[in-house]
Amino acid sequence: MMFAAQSIADFFKFLGGWQYVVAAIIHAVLLVHVFAVCPFAFIWLERKVSGRIQDRLGPTRVGGLFGWLQSLADGIKLVQKEDLCPPAADSMLFRSAPYVVCVASFAAFMVLPFSHGWVAVAADCGLFIILAILSLEVFGIIMAGYSSGSKWSLFGGMREAAQMVSYEIPLAICALVPVVAAGSLNLGEIGGMQRGWFGYWFLFHDPFTFIAFFVYFVVATASCKRAPFDLAEAESELVGGFHTEYSGMRWSFFFMGEYASMFAVCGIASILFLGGWNTGIGPVDDALYAARNASADGSGSAALGYLANVLGAFVFAAKASFGVFVQVWLRWTLPRLRIDQVMTTCLKYLVPISCFLFLGAIVWPLVLSSLFGQTSWTSGPLGDLVADEVRESQFYRGAGSAELSRRVDAAESVPAASLGEGLVR
Amino acid sequence: MSGESFLFTVFALLTCLGAVAVVLSQTVVRMAFWLVISLGSTAALFFLANADFVGAAQLLIYVGGTLVLLVFGVMLTASGPYMKIATSTGETVLAGLLGLLFLFVVFASLSGVKWRAPVAISADNVSTGAVGNTLRPLGLSFLGARPDMDLAGGGKVSSPGYLLPFEIVSIHLLVVLIGASYLARAKRRADRSS
Repeated sequence: MMFAAQSIADFFKFLGGWQYVVAAIIHAVLLVHVFAVCPFAFIWLERKVSGRIQDRLGPTRVGGLFGWLQSLADGIKLVQKEDLCPPAADSMLFRSAPYVVCVASFAAFMVLPFSHGWVAVAADCGLFIILAILSLEVFGIIMAGYSSGSKWSLFGGMREAAQMVSYEIPLAICALVPVVAAGSLNLGEIGGMQRGWFGYWFLFHDPFTFIAFFVYFVVATASCKRAPFDLAEAESELVGGFHTEYSGMRWSFFFMGEYASMFAVCGIASILFLGGWNTGIGPVDDALYAARNASADGSGSAALGYLANVLGAFVFAAKASFGVFVQVWLRWTLPRLRIDQVMTTCLKYLVPISCFLFLGAIVWPLVLSSLFGQTSWTSGPLGDLVADEVRESQFYRGAGSAELSRRVDAAESVPAASLGEGLVR
Repeated sequence: MSGESFLFTVFALLTCLGAVAVVLSQTVVRMAFWLVISLGSTAALFFLANADFVGAAQLLIYVGGTLVLLVFGVMLTASGPYMKIATSTGETVLAGLLGLLFLFVVFASLSGVKWRAPVAISADNVSTGAVGNTLRPLGLSFLGARPDMDLAGGGKVSSPGYLLPFEIVSIHLLVVLIGASYLARAKRRADRSS
């Protein structure tokens, strides 16, 4: 019975009007835990990987094998430290800046689906919202840099502003390339469309999405201020960059935000290009899909559908964590770029490349349809989707008010992700 | 009070408080911070009204774009560590008068509408907000398919839609941008020749 509920709000139906409040609290608590555990795991990973790359062992003592409790020990140490505010700083802005960074990267998890239908807010324009929220993080960093009253911080803040304002353009354009292939901004739908063998992943949809994945990954690394793009921090030039004056927990909030947004951008990459929660093995995906559907319409075991979703969440987390691992690997392998090289890379190379990719992704289905009579070599969701919607809107106009109210109920209760899957195959 | 109206009250108050704090604070970067609070709460109000797309656009354009540019500009141009803007008494009086006039206009137009008048929901006035998923109807109406309105006449669904006005506005903005950069350049050239 517990697994049969379509959503957490359904499960608490007996509470009446309070069911949405309870569901919202549960969603928020779950997301806070994801947000807290991500940095915990990835900071340990960073230490371990950097150790191995530099021919060291990394943490070995705290918590037994592989030093897996090292992050907790660091956290306890940081909580105990004094909360400093330099006299030259603008204290209100200085104190609130870490929270802006933290809240911005935390809020991104709100619209990030972890498995089929496992999303706190199933928004129709999820990708747009997540890009908008991630763009807020830069403001906190600029605030921290400016309000510290220190030259190092100010330089860090200015570099961050210049870098982010320019890198947001190729980031958004590269995220649009798979959207053109999918015909939807809904992250749940985009993930659901890539069910089946990994040839169905948007990475292999056309040559432009293939290149767009790598450009996206480079730009996403830059947007998390990770090396080789870590000019805002640049500890060998600017002491600590924008967080020079920070100490204790406020300092660690910046890092929690950084590692959480690394996971967020890699999660977006895995949904847009790498099939999201789909395993990439045709029969397995079909079996999982069938189990989910059977539990949704009540014909199969509800627990089995739930387990399929849990497996999907694991697959998603594995893909996103691999992305984070690659970012860590890059950081300890490549030297830092100079600020002019960073700007050149973005404005002279990445922006034109991403514009070209976007144009190519638009022209690709046109060329394919005139040569081979189909819009894609796998499946062509976009044309079908629009045709279906127009048909539906005609149906709309003819519908009586009873029909309309039924549709309103349906739109509220059905998770948005399930709409797309029916349309694609 | 339902949860939604409680949240509406909270975010509406935050919007107003942020706006008042922008006017009262004197440091430019603090103003920007309060503006973030005000504009972010406005985005939250859009999300509450089921207008996800408008809310996200508000966040991306105003908070993520315009404000970052503003702070960036302040950082590049400021002479001292914390640039301050002090308003003179005359400016305060003038701005207060203008604000009161604007408040009067807003109040007059708001009280002119019967907000509580019942509207029967039928197939003819479909509210996309009530159906949810507002993005797809928005995109389709750009392509000319409006489920709630008979744009083409005669019961047909297809029509030019909003694509043409949208393109006109974007071309207009592009012209303004090119014009602005042209003006900035012309000034520098005149300086060099003199």
